[in-house]
Amino acid sequence: MSATVAKPDQTEGLYDPKEPLNYINVQHTLKSWLLTGDHKRIAILYLIGITFFFFLGSIAAAMVRLELTSPHGVMLENDTYNKMFSAHGIIMIFLFLIPSIPATLGNFLVPIMIGARDLAFPRLNLMSWYLYMIAGAMILCAFFMGGVEAGWTFYTPYSSLAKSQVTLTLVGVFIGGFSSIFTGLNFIVTIHKMRAPGMGWFKMPLFIWAHYATSVIIMLGTPVVAITLLLVVLERAFNIGIFSPDNGGDPVLFQHMFWFYSHPAVYIMVLPGMGVVSELIANGSGKKIFGYDFVAYSSLAIAAIGFLVWGHHMFVAGQSMYQGVIFSLLSFVVAVPSAIKVFNWTATIYKGQVKLNTPMVYALGFMGLFVIGGLTGLYLSSMGTDVHLTATYFVVAHFHYVMVGGTVTAFLGGLHFWWPKMFGRMYPDTLGIVSAIMVFFGFNFTFFPQFIVGWMGMPRRYHYYYFAPEFQPYHLASSMGASFLAIGFALPACYLTWSIFKGRKVGPNPWGAKGLEWTTQSPPITTNFETMPTDIPEAYDFDSGIDDSEYDEIFGKPKESK
Amino acid sequence: MSAEAHGHANHLVYHQYEDLEQQRESYIVGMWSFLVTEIMMFGALFLAYMIYRMQYQDHFYVIHKQLDWRVGGLNTVVLLFSSFAMAMAVYYHQVKQPKKVFNWLILVQLCAAAFLVIKIGLEWIPKAGHHLTPFYGTFEWHYGGGVPPEIAKLFFSLYFAMTGLHGLHVVIGMIVIGALQWMIHKKHPLVEDYIPTEMVGLYWHFVDIVWIFLYPLYYLMPQ
Amino acid sequence: MFNYPMAPEQASTFGAEHDFIFYLITILTVFFTVAVMVCVLYFAFKYRRGSKANRDNIVHHSQKLEIAWSMPPLILGLVIFGLSTSLFVKVRVPPKDAAEFFVVGKQWMWHIQHPSGIRENNTLTIPVGKPVKLTMISQDVIHAFYVPAFRTQYMVIPGRYTTMWFNPIKEGKYPIFCNMYCGTQHSEMGGYVYVVSQPEYAAFVARGGDKKKDHVQTLAEQGKSLFGGNTGSLNCVSCHGEKDTERGPSLSGIAGSMRKFADGQSALADDDYLRESIIAPEKRLTAGYEGTMPPDYKSQLSEEQIRHLIEYIKTLGVAKAAPVTPTTMPALSGGTSK
Repeated sequence: MSATVAKPDQTEGLYDPKEPLNYINVQHTLKSWLLTGDHKRIAILYLIGITFFFFLGSIAAAMVRLELTSPHGVMLENDTYNKMFSAHGIIMIFLFLIPSIPATLGNFLVPIMIGARDLAFPRLNLMSWYLYMIAGAMILCAFFMGGVEAGWTFYTPYSSLAKSQVTLTLVGVFIGGFSSIFTGLNFIVTIHKMRAPGMGWFKMPLFIWAHYATSVIIMLGTPVVAITLLLVVLERAFNIGIFSPDNGGDPVLFQHMFWFYSHPAVYIMVLPGMGVVSELIANGSGKKIFGYDFVAYSSLAIAAIGFLVWGHHMFVAGQSMYQGVIFSLLSFVVAVPSAIKVFNWTATIYKGQVKLNTPMVYALGFMGLFVIGGLTGLYLSSMGTDVHLTATYFVVAHFHYVMVGGTVTAFLGGLHFWWPKMFGRMYPDTLGIVSAIMVFFGFNFTFFPQFIVGWMGMPRRYHYYYFAPEFQPYHLASSMGASFLAIGFALPACYLTWSIFKGRKVGPNPWGAKGLEWTTQSPPITTNFETMPTDIPEAYDFDSGIDDSEYDEIFGKPKESK
Repeated sequence: MSAEAHGHANHLVYHQYEDLEQQRESYIVGMWSFLVTEIMMFGALFLAYMIYRMQYQDHFYVIHKQLDWRVGGLNTVVLLFSSFAMAMAVYYHQVKQPKKVFNWLILVQLCAAAFLVIKIGLEWIPKAGHHLTPFYGTFEWHYGGGVPPEIAKLFFSLYFAMTGLHGLHVVIGMIVIGALQWMIHKKHPLVEDYIPTEMVGLYWHFVDIVWIFLYPLYYLMPQ
Repeated sequence: MFNYPMAPEQASTFGAEHDFIFYLITILTVFFTVAVMVCVLYFAFKYRRGSKANRDNIVHHSQKLEIAWSMPPLILGLVIFGLSTSLFVKVRVPPKDAAEFFVVGKQWMWHIQHPSGIRENNTLTIPVGKPVKLTMISQDVIHAFYVPAFRTQYMVIPGRYTTMWFNPIKEGKYPIFCNMYCGTQHSEMGGYVYVVSQPEYAAFVARGGDKKKDHVQTLAEQGKSLFGGNTGSLNCVSCHGEKDTERGPSLSGIAGSMRKFADGQSALADDDYLRESIIAPEKRLTAGYEGTMPPDYKSQLSEEQIRHLIEYIKTLGVAKAAPVTPTTMPALSGGTSK
């Protein structure tokens, strides 16, 4: 592991001569981080950014949950409450979930996994991080200048009439959109053009397939929502009212254009999570993923069909009944590729060599929560039941199961899996498993009651519910669960940070995993590989033998049992 | 393969690429992907236009007479010529004659400036005087034809949103072309290869094509 | 101990069918979740690293299996799709004999008017067992009229009418919610539906609602006083008289007829057309009347007043063989004739 290929920058900063050179210790100045073109450093910058915004979004969520413990509210004014749930939605969707996996794990791993030195456009990548931070700063400014109470969906005409900082927030979201467009563009070009010699499309890890599908959605969907939100800005700032009913415009057109992006955006959030889980399941089971082609194609199928189902958000919004029938039918069809993935993961574990470590426990938790999240989508894609359930807490519970139970669980699992690769150090595995179990049960405790209260008719975005005080026990249960969930999230933040400085050092392949990223040192050098890989094996090539020497050293040899 | 190639015999190749061919292809694929996002962005506006025009076709026909097809036509000619000049610039970059590239790009810049002068001077500013700008002064409709003022306002909202976004793209194009010219002038290593000019060219042709759609939709409406 | 309700009340005819589909999907959800989780946990334990489980004949790929396990979800999905779409059609198409109530949503209250003219704010009193159709419009932003106990809701949109209907089967008091976020007091924009027995409702109508007024004008009567020549009215009648004049066409028999416009097109004179013709007559002009009607009624009229005018215009006769059913409420308007 003595890397000497990349010359250290002797003039700038200090580096520990005992430690092999890597992307972290190659330069130490703040400038070298803020002006870096290295995809791994940008991934770390993103990681810091999204953790910060996740923390802010969680505070807003905590206020909302605390407020809802009583039918009459506890401490907030109506407007303050509305600003809180808007802040929670806007921050979590635009500043956390959408960039979460692609911009951190994806940024870090896409070039390494396909055997490239960097993404195709490193400076564009850095620019995308700056745009993300500018977007975040603008959205935060809007909150400090009085807040936004229009909700993250910004439905017109409410958003064009609201007297709060909607304009600034929308401009922030617009800029954030370009940040994700640039990330997606970088991934598409990199995956098309930068694969190592011998890395065919069907040798790529499923993580890459998922990111490819995600990037396609980002490129096709984001510009539509960007221009839609810009039109609301134009209406507010320049009186150019395209959605305004006073001008003969149609406010429902906004909803169509908004959901044309924002439904596929659900797949922007969850597809990378599925990619992560495919890696975790295959590597955690020490076995090639079952039905590789089907899992790969199902990502593309989800991306394609996902663009044709947006109308299921508007079954009761004045669109024609026949339109609704088509959207409903397609929504049932889009469930099939997701089901295929779940069945294939299950079949992968069958007859595997399962290592029940933190990443695998997170992956199993993902499967449980995602199955519930996906199946509860059936209630909402079927029009007869959606008429009752739409815009209630049932919907809130459903998308939290997919977004938090799916994406966030996968993100945490992936973070634990590649953490030793990113920082060259291992965290305490037992604490990791505890946190994974806390997240699983805390999550169910928080969001399962919301299914029931939604089914009973509790509308979303409600501050008070004294019209129906029988909802209270469910809200109480949900708020209590949220505190467990919060501990589950806080725990990894602590021990992962600790492990960067004090964790046990690891070599290139602590999990006995397959994939190009495990053939290079941990953490990798700036150009990822000392010699660029050329002879690429099949993906998840466990049949050729597993090298578990390092794994045994860290976690001990398995006890022989019957 | 790697170790030698990584030293990059060719100084034009960035460290992340294996060779110039890969770099060129990556830039072109990247530019086309970016243009796809641009198409989706304008596409959303064209969709909104289409829906409202289907709804209010007869009023839109009356309102569109307030736009002068001759001025729009002049702008179409100007932009078409600028695209030709841009194609010539790309050609001369491929055959490595930077002086001619620079000169053709000046022509593109002049056309772009002319487009904006015509657009703003002959169309947008007079519209403000006729109270047809939703964002400046009061919006009024004095041209009869049984057109409700709010439909006229909707029409001009769409008109200014779409031509405004297009105009913004023209301005961005001028800045990018200016930067390209500056780099050619300074003999910057980045522009030794023709790919940057080709990319700017693709962008400029896209801006042109958007106008080719805007012109008939707004100026040449059938009854 | 645990006496909290786990399900909303079934108070409309949609309830049983809706809940059947709901529980059907619930059974599927529970079945698949349990099946997947049991398999996953069992495999993860049985095939944990170092266990001596049999791992012969590992298969990595099986097209037959893939097709076999994507078919059941697809088929079950299509079955649910069929059931729920047929329910949705019932929810969306009101029966012809439904009594038409008029609802205006505004920040942050519901204005409701009965066919008999009784007004209510934030409460809706209806008789049990009679279908009720709501014609709704918003005065500002988008709202949604949602009665969980009836298992139905619909958005209330500015600028156009939307409708919903239900047929209550159980007397009681059920909450109404606004289910589309509409600003500061969104969560307080609610009220109750009171479903009462039919005699009770007749008595309610007879005494003119809870306001204890002597006489309540019907919608059409209120529309007539707006329309007619007395003071405080809009004096529509001066142009729209019994016969067509050069100033305006007669409105007799206009509702439900096909109208020909100046531009050669034609359209059915439904509620949306009538509303548009009152507030923006220029949009679709009847041939021969270009620019005669003042376009500023929008600023003078509330949505409720527009509704009154439409109801009055409907009483001026309805075109023969009109494809739309005229709004009549024989069953419910009995009380007002006194």
